[in-house]
Amino acid sequence: MNRGSVVVVTERCKGCGFCVEFCPTHVLKLSSAFNAKGYHPPHLVDGDKCSGCNLCGMYCPDFAIFGYREPQVRPVAPAPSQPGKEA
Amino acid sequence: MSTLTEIGVHNPVEDFLRMERIPSIWCPGCGIGTTVNSFVHALIKTHTDMKKLVMVSGIGCSGRVGGYIGTDHFHTTHGRAIPFATGLSLANTELNVVVYSGDGDLVSIGGNHLIHAARRNVNLLVICVNNMIYAMTGGQAAATTPAASMSSTTPYGAFEPDINIPQLVDAAGAVYVARWTAFHVKQLETSMAEALKKKGFRFIEVVTPCPTLYQRRNNMGDGLAAMKDYKDRSKIRNGAGTHEVAMLPGEQIIVGKFVDRERQDYLTLMRSRLGANFQEWVDAPPQVEHEEGEGCGEC
Repeated sequence: MNRGSVVVVTERCKGCGFCVEFCPTHVLKLSSAFNAKGYHPPHLVDGDKCSGCNLCGMYCPDFAIFGYREPQVRPVAPAPSQPGKEA
Repeated sequence: MSTLTEIGVHNPVEDFLRMERIPSIWCPGCGIGTTVNSFVHALIKTHTDMKKLVMVSGIGCSGRVGGYIGTDHFHTTHGRAIPFATGLSLANTELNVVVYSGDGDLVSIGGNHLIHAARRNVNLLVICVNNMIYAMTGGQAAATTPAASMSSTTPYGAFEPDINIPQLVDAAGAVYVARWTAFHVKQLETSMAEALKKKGFRFIEVVTPCPTLYQRRNNMGDGLAAMKDYKDRSKIRNGAGTHEVAMLPGEQIIVGKFVDRERQDYLTLMRSRLGANFQEWVDAPPQVEHEEGEGCGEC
């Protein structure tokens, strides 16, 4: 499965809870902390499970959260050894 | 450790919005912002030219959408979004005109304009955000308010039944009719992308929660409760007859793409009637001969 993460702009959040409810992997939770307007913004609780599908971003009515896929680091194959030069 | 901007991570929706106006005026739990996400993703998907996109809206909470999206926007008088948009789309045929407004504006006050724009098949995409009430003006009952609902103008519950919007626009002759709820973000995005590419009068109804003015008076919980309710009650039936899709309290909300047909739009019809002389007509319209007023003879 793809790995990803979310970015939360806490000051825009109005605490509606759409992202927490409809996250397919249930990795978000409303935090106990407040933002400047007195709402509880969401935070990531189980970061390893986030697939970065951006469904939270699609649901957020205040453009305060979005998900992204982490760029995949592909393992670099070692250069083929040339038997003639080794000896 | 690379920062987010270095690896190119940012919200793609923000490129299409006027971020200096955010946060929006919408209440916590309102679903209008969710429909904006779907609309912007549809714009990205269809590679729409933002220089040739015009948003037209009337008065209301949903009428503010055009102000938040970074295109040319025409904020008109209450209920008259479609007449203004008709003029725009006929005067400059290159424009892609989108009417984004609410149910009170489009269906209740501007109901007649909606019917006749659908009948003429003007090149318009109409997105009707149905929150079942006149929200911004103070929670008065609209034509879409379900029967027996409390509102500021119906303290004993609304006596009249509500209107079935897809059936109305289908009967009037719209070429594309769909209904989704704010819960169906991906389907709504696909539907909007389809409709953006089509010609003629296209209509998408989006059912959204209104926690402050509709649900609070009717003891229906907050915005999240409404979204869960849509999840439980909605049933996707593409191609369903529009006479079967009326929304009744407590029963299934039938969503989907109901109508997708081809019909000549108003501009094509006009040009085919005028034929090759079209440009002559535009340059020098025929003069009306004024008859000598003789009266009726009695006065």
